[in-house]
Amino acid sequence: MSTITKSKDFKDYSLGSLEDPLNEKFKSSINLDGENKEQLLFDYKQMLLIRKTEEKISEQLVAGEIKCPCHLAIGQEAIPVGISRFLRKSDRVFGTHRSHGHFIAIGGTAESLFAEVLGKASGCSKGFGGSMHLYGKEFGFYGSVPIVGATISLAVGAGLAAQMDKKENSDMGVCYFGDGAAEEGTLHESLNFASIFNIPVLFVCENNLFSSHLHISQRQPKSVVGRYADAHDILSYTVDGNDLVAVSQAAQALIDNSRNGGGPGFLEVVTYRWKGHVGPQDDMDVGIKRGEALNHWKKRDPIRRLSEGLIKSNLSTEGQLSAIQKEVDQSIQQDWESALQAPYPEKSTLLSAVYSQPSPGGKNV
Amino acid sequence: MSNKMTFGKAIRDAHRYLLENYPEVFVIGQGLWSPWYVGSSMTDLDKDFGTERVIDTPVSEDCCTGVAIGAALSGYKTLVIHPRMDFMILATNQIVNQAAKWSHMLGGQDSPSVTVRGIINRGGQQGAQHSQALHGWYANIPGLKVVMPATPNDARELLISSVLSGTPVMFVEDRWLYDWEDEMLPIKEVDLSKQGPNVLKQGEHITLVGSGYTTYQNTKAAKILGGKGVSAEVVDLRVINPLDITEVLNSVEKTGRLLAVDSGWANCGLAGEIIAAVSEKLPATKWKETPKRLTTVNSPAPTSGSLEDEFYFNEQDIVNKALEIVRNNQ
Repeated sequence: MSTITKSKDFKDYSLGSLEDPLNEKFKSSINLDGENKEQLLFDYKQMLLIRKTEEKISEQLVAGEIKCPCHLAIGQEAIPVGISRFLRKSDRVFGTHRSHGHFIAIGGTAESLFAEVLGKASGCSKGFGGSMHLYGKEFGFYGSVPIVGATISLAVGAGLAAQMDKKENSDMGVCYFGDGAAEEGTLHESLNFASIFNIPVLFVCENNLFSSHLHISQRQPKSVVGRYADAHDILSYTVDGNDLVAVSQAAQALIDNSRNGGGPGFLEVVTYRWKGHVGPQDDMDVGIKRGEALNHWKKRDPIRRLSEGLIKSNLSTEGQLSAIQKEVDQSIQQDWESALQAPYPEKSTLLSAVYSQPSPGGKNV
Repeated sequence: MSNKMTFGKAIRDAHRYLLENYPEVFVIGQGLWSPWYVGSSMTDLDKDFGTERVIDTPVSEDCCTGVAIGAALSGYKTLVIHPRMDFMILATNQIVNQAAKWSHMLGGQDSPSVTVRGIINRGGQQGAQHSQALHGWYANIPGLKVVMPATPNDARELLISSVLSGTPVMFVEDRWLYDWEDEMLPIKEVDLSKQGPNVLKQGEHITLVGSGYTTYQNTKAAKILGGKGVSAEVVDLRVINPLDITEVLNSVEKTGRLLAVDSGWANCGLAGEIIAAVSEKLPATKWKETPKRLTTVNSPAPTSGSLEDEFYFNEQDIVNKALEIVRNNQ
């Protein structure tokens, strides 16, 4: 069993070995004891799909085909895949500027994402969103936006609505945000509100140790962001975000608790993005120091740690995994080509989309 | 039989109608259970409809507005109340960046059905941070409808239609209107997208344009002007975003003179927009006189009573400004 740890059990609210790139403990294959084989293979494929979709976007940014700003989450794939195991179509997930993975993990297609970043009418946001504004309400992805922290309270509201719909086994609001958003006042307002009204909502803090360019040690006195949840009397776990099993176990505990009237949960997942804040470069903002750390963090690759675990536990073989890789590669190539062929939005839609009508959500789905 | 109601009670009546007829409506904001926060506009609604549908909140403008938007995206029709516009500034990210943009940035596929009550609460020596009329800021934003009722009937009807519109609406009320009493008509659900400026009083010599409290002031000024032999037409804007200028244009075409009155400040404000929008469309030959505007003095609101008298314009100031325009060539 992987261990999941409450945020408050981190000594002095320091991440310690979890944030130390030289620590060997988090580089080995993950422990898959008690895990379901089919689920793991599904998750492996989902993580690969996210990785390779973003690698394709990165490649096409360099090639100049894609021109909108893209914030890539390569290296962070275990998080949305581990969480989405426990989500339903009637849940309400909100994302950020870095949400390609969140979108795909819950049911978005690579094709609709490719089309969106190309500005095509067949994109998930009809070509109005680009990389930073993604939409897929029919599978529970309510929207992602780039104003840091802005969707946190939206997820609390969606959770409040879910609570009004039904008290037992309720649906959930879910918001993803980064460690930088923890410096926005809205997080504290939202934690307080969710706590006092006992809202079924999961706060997911992807602590990748960096805002756009500053390390968390330059921005916050402690590295465990979950301390803010503790301050608001919210159950909080801080786990290795590159360990699919740790993420999913913590997510399950928090989601089950929320659905059964236990109130909000806070899941801090410690991870590292392999690319710069925005764009295809490894290190656009941060400089050489991160460059050294990056090489160590790449040894904590969540996909490799899962695949090694699968083989080691005799749940899969090299051959089976490479067949999955091939399948993913092929589908991504097809999706990319379809997106390239798709038409751009009609010019008249610029004005016609300013106002629209609500689409069914929550209990009306 | 008399069926008179004040502006404040008409707003409460709109809430009552919505909460009775639409189970998906709820109301959230600071001070909703308090007897004084929002005047007569919420009295006893928490007792009649329950504190789960009339929700008083922590002191968190941004979060509470976001909560209302998030719930609106989840199948509810929500009303969020900011008892003072000045404090609502703390929620402007949610209003301007989220609610107003949600439809367009996601391809017109969804719309938060949230109505934000932003209350203008001036005078009473409250000073700079308790006295602003910021409707002009918000009316600059595509995707956010801005509604400004002046009469009790409009306060009720336009609030109901805002909440039922399916779109994000800022509903701007001026507390100075709360005691204005009017004979109420039967409640009618109207389509907000078809609402726009109304002529409240016909006239021949000059068009007075206002919204909210300035409409009330304009009607009083028109009476005084009438005593001086000047026939003023009063146009009430009602909806300032999107702004349909047609009624104003028709009126100025007839009178040839325009005074735009606004409780906001002049620079880049509503009064300037009215003059610009009419000027762009009305041929120069139709103007009998250069249009003017009357707006709040270009300073923050003072507290001292003597300075307040200088700061806020009244009906007589409107009359004087109108006479400057008319006197030259009636």
